[in-house]
Amino acid sequence: MKALLLRDLRLATRAGGGFGLALAFFLITCTLVPFGVGPEGGTLARIAPGILWVGALLSCLLSLDRIFALDFEDGSLDLLATAPLPLEGAVAAKACAHWLVTGLPLALAAPVFALLLHLPGPAYPWLVVSLLIGTPALSMLGAFGAAVTVGLRRGGLLMSLLVLPLYVPTLIFGAEAVRRGAAGGDPLPALIFLAGVTLGVLALVPFAAAAALRVNLR
Amino acid sequence: MSLLAVRELAVARGGLRAVENLSFAVEPGQVLVLRGPNGIGKTTLLRTLAGLQPAVAGTVEAAPETMAYAGHADGLKPALSVTENLAFWAEVFGRRDIAPALAAMNLRDLAARPAHALSAGQKRRLGLARLMVTGRPVWLLDEPTVSLDRDSVALFAAMLRAHLGQGGAALIATHIDLGLPEAVALDLTPFRAGPARRDTRPAGFNEAFA
Repeated sequence: MKALLLRDLRLATRAGGGFGLALAFFLITCTLVPFGVGPEGGTLARIAPGILWVGALLSCLLSLDRIFALDFEDGSLDLLATAPLPLEGAVAAKACAHWLVTGLPLALAAPVFALLLHLPGPAYPWLVVSLLIGTPALSMLGAFGAAVTVGLRRGGLLMSLLVLPLYVPTLIFGAEAVRRGAAGGDPLPALIFLAGVTLGVLALVPFAAAAALRVNLR
Repeated sequence: MSLLAVRELAVARGGLRAVENLSFAVEPGQVLVLRGPNGIGKTTLLRTLAGLQPAVAGTVEAAPETMAYAGHADGLKPALSVTENLAFWAEVFGRRDIAPALAAMNLRDLAARPAHALSAGQKRRLGLARLMVTGRPVWLLDEPTVSLDRDSVALFAAMLRAHLGQGGAALIATHIDLGLPEAVALDLTPFRAGPARRDTRPAGFNEAFA
């Protein structure tokens, strides 16, 4: 698993690996929203938690289809399926690599982008914490979507349709935690639900994704 | 004790039976060369034996983790070097030493080159070198000599012979003669699924999932 994780990280950070794609998309979203909504601070501050979470979610979605598609095309997935590593482990390693190159940078860079959106000061720590807790679920659910659609030509659209509804609970609780943080309320209940969603996803989805891969490799 | 025993095996491609009633055994040191016209099911048979798809009928008896599969694609990452590609697969299969594999397929001079800068034949040599780092006894090879020149075919035959000498075995789907006197040919033509069976779809088979 470690070997696969390191290889995916190395591939992502080399030229053409797509590292930074999610960050750039997130930056574009957060820069464009003030132009579209208008520069009034009050309005921006009110919608900032939602915009930041939706932006992070869409940025995550952008690189999902690469999780398995490239390995499928060059035959690596066949070879991984016959390797001693269980396919569930391979799914977990690949989702983890995806999180390290998209979710983690997004969470760490979010405070900078939040400045552009006038996010109220008390919400900053909760923004980072909620993204750190929530984005692993986004990567793992994305790995499931990618596993279901692997081998389909132009499967990206179908994958988005499959994955977006699954992202809704994470989005609701994540944005709610930030909103409560911004309003000076208690964000903990929302964070606990967010963590519950993530833990459930991490525990169950690798099996579903591995089963989908086995069917698609036939 | 055979490494692999197949009884009454039937395999299917896209829900249609390709080969059926196939029985054979592979002993250590043996090479089985699969022959037959295009589309008879050589690849399907190899993928079934590798565990990538279930058999329709019959049994495949083999100890777990004995098969190393090499298909049409070599499973190489263009952005990684020859050494990195090989070291990755070695680590996945729990091994460290890739030097013998590099030497066997004459890849030492290319070791630092990224895989996207390799020719088709060099890529194939790297793909075949991967078999050595799996440490698995039964090699399932699908057209291993595609895009190899004559010298590389000889290298491959030498590597295969060394593998057999260590008690390994191989199943090879190929149309060319590898120059291995010990190879046993298995023609799949007599095992082609009959036309009646080919047209019957399995119960519950849904057109939408074909």
